[in-house]
Amino acid sequence: MPALTRKEVEEIALLARLALAPDELDRMQHELGAILEHFGALAAVETSGVPAMTHAVPMDLRMRLDVVEPSLPPEVALAAAPQREGDLILVPSSIAGPDRAGDRAGEGSAS
Amino acid sequence: MTPASTAYWSVADTAGRVAAGEITATQIVEATLARIEAIDGRLGAFLAVDAAGARAAAADVDQRRAANLPPGPLAGVPIALKDVLVTRGLATTAGSKILAGWIPPYDAHVVEKLRAAGAIIIGKVNCDEFAMGSSTENSAYQPTRNPWDLARVPGGSSGGSSAAVAAGLCAASLGTDTGGSIRQPAAFCGVVGMKPTYGRVSRWGVVAFASSLDQVGPLTRTVADAALVLEAIAGFDPRDSTSLDAPVPRFIDALKPPAGDLRGLRVGLPQEYYEAMDDEVRAGIARAAAALIEHGAEMIELSLPHTRLALPAYYLVAPAEASSNLARFDGVRYGQRVSAPDLVDMYGKTRDAGFGPEVKRRIMLGTYALRSGYYDAYYKKAQQVRTLIKRDFDRAFQYCDVLLTPTTPTPAFPFGAKATPVEMYQADVFTLSCNLAGLPGISVPCGLTGDGLPIGAQLLGRPLDEATLLRVGAIIEATVGLGDRRPAGIGGLA
Repeated sequence: MPALTRKEVEEIALLARLALAPDELDRMQHELGAILEHFGALAAVETSGVPAMTHAVPMDLRMRLDVVEPSLPPEVALAAAPQREGDLILVPSSIAGPDRAGDRAGEGSAS
Repeated sequence: MTPASTAYWSVADTAGRVAAGEITATQIVEATLARIEAIDGRLGAFLAVDAAGARAAAADVDQRRAANLPPGPLAGVPIALKDVLVTRGLATTAGSKILAGWIPPYDAHVVEKLRAAGAIIIGKVNCDEFAMGSSTENSAYQPTRNPWDLARVPGGSSGGSSAAVAAGLCAASLGTDTGGSIRQPAAFCGVVGMKPTYGRVSRWGVVAFASSLDQVGPLTRTVADAALVLEAIAGFDPRDSTSLDAPVPRFIDALKPPAGDLRGLRVGLPQEYYEAMDDEVRAGIARAAAALIEHGAEMIELSLPHTRLALPAYYLVAPAEASSNLARFDGVRYGQRVSAPDLVDMYGKTRDAGFGPEVKRRIMLGTYALRSGYYDAYYKKAQQVRTLIKRDFDRAFQYCDVLLTPTTPTPAFPFGAKATPVEMYQADVFTLSCNLAGLPGISVPCGLTGDGLPIGAQLLGRPLDEATLLRVGAIIEATVGLGDRRPAGIGGLA
């Protein structure tokens, strides 16, 4: 199995939504490569025709009556949101751009 | 009531004395709080002590008793919860900075069950971040020390649980076990740790790590206590789609006579688990095996041929599921947020700042394994190997009723001893097959090393057959267990 290239590590970090610093990317490339080496043993195992096991118990979808059940009131459910406006959660714009840099939600520091 | 006097009372003893009116739940709670105050500064087991909540719960139990209402099977029993179990109104961090300050609006199913049984939630205990680790060194908050030797780790990821139970800071603790995270710390701290059958205990309200493997279970000082706590938390819950709709036995009945007569019981010794281990661990397991033979059990040597593949299969399946489960920590609805001008940037910066190195490593590994083009080679392959591992166990249980193995290859190791991630992963080598196959497992102390460190014997059983594990575990406990020996590391207060 292949060791990871730096470019692959950067791509995985983007997919994983982890803004890793350059030194973290370096370390990750080295460490993940070492871990993946240990997975080589799996490649040699004959598994054709062996079903994949997803869970240890049967995973049948369960039915229930189509009735409203108790749930959290909005105020309780939203109490931990880092930034909100009324019953809405505020987040920065999903479209990047210099004109949005001063976006209200983006400037907020609720952390 | 001095802090030390109730410290090592069993679950059954505590609940029995509270129900009989020999002591009040309030007295138990005050003694427990005083002991935590006196000792935990040296251990670091607790992330939060809920003195107010515990006092209120104790008052409630005492009022019920005064009103001649049944106080519950766990009346007044102080229980600490691994900090991956959400607790209404009490901070829950999962050992991670990304959840710092988060106050959950609801209780996990198991917490509801404990409260209903009269137990007192005394606080939240430390763990590896998101339960990822084998030493509790990955907690973003503090190290937890092993009460038997403060220079050593308590195991992990439920290391706060094992340390607190061993030091008498609670009567029992709930942990979670994804690849050994209850059994391994139990072995390191000389307590009993049970991972129930997958599906036996609801995970509703448990911060998810790897959903096809995670299971909640008790850490206690005795096998009988494990039976009592397991019975209190087990059972069907429609809110967890993997919850099994199976009857919950009175597990304590498994320990009643003729439980000590093991004639007819076949104990399997899987050779793959006896290849590499510390000599003193080997001697401890041999003592346990001899005790079982003396009680009439028959030993059967057998093979679980795919055992060596469990470690790589686990370290693909668990990170893959973790990478998906941990996607929810994005700074939007709860938890910490790092501001940025656009959304994707905010996600990335929040997660980079909020997660520690091991969590990031596993998210990266899991994301890689699930990537288009790699899925068949890694994740699917690991799931197929999982089937092979399960088949090994199915075959073994045609020839035996229970498997006896060491819980860990070594006793507790010193802080910083595992230099690389792969070295740390090896600490789980004997425990993770059980999770992959969904079986129940228990670790029971079977003596101390020459340096005074506990050794754990592991028993693995058929699905839903926790009763046999408890029965066999109780014999190991009674014959080669720790008896009245208490941790040396916490000095005169032990």
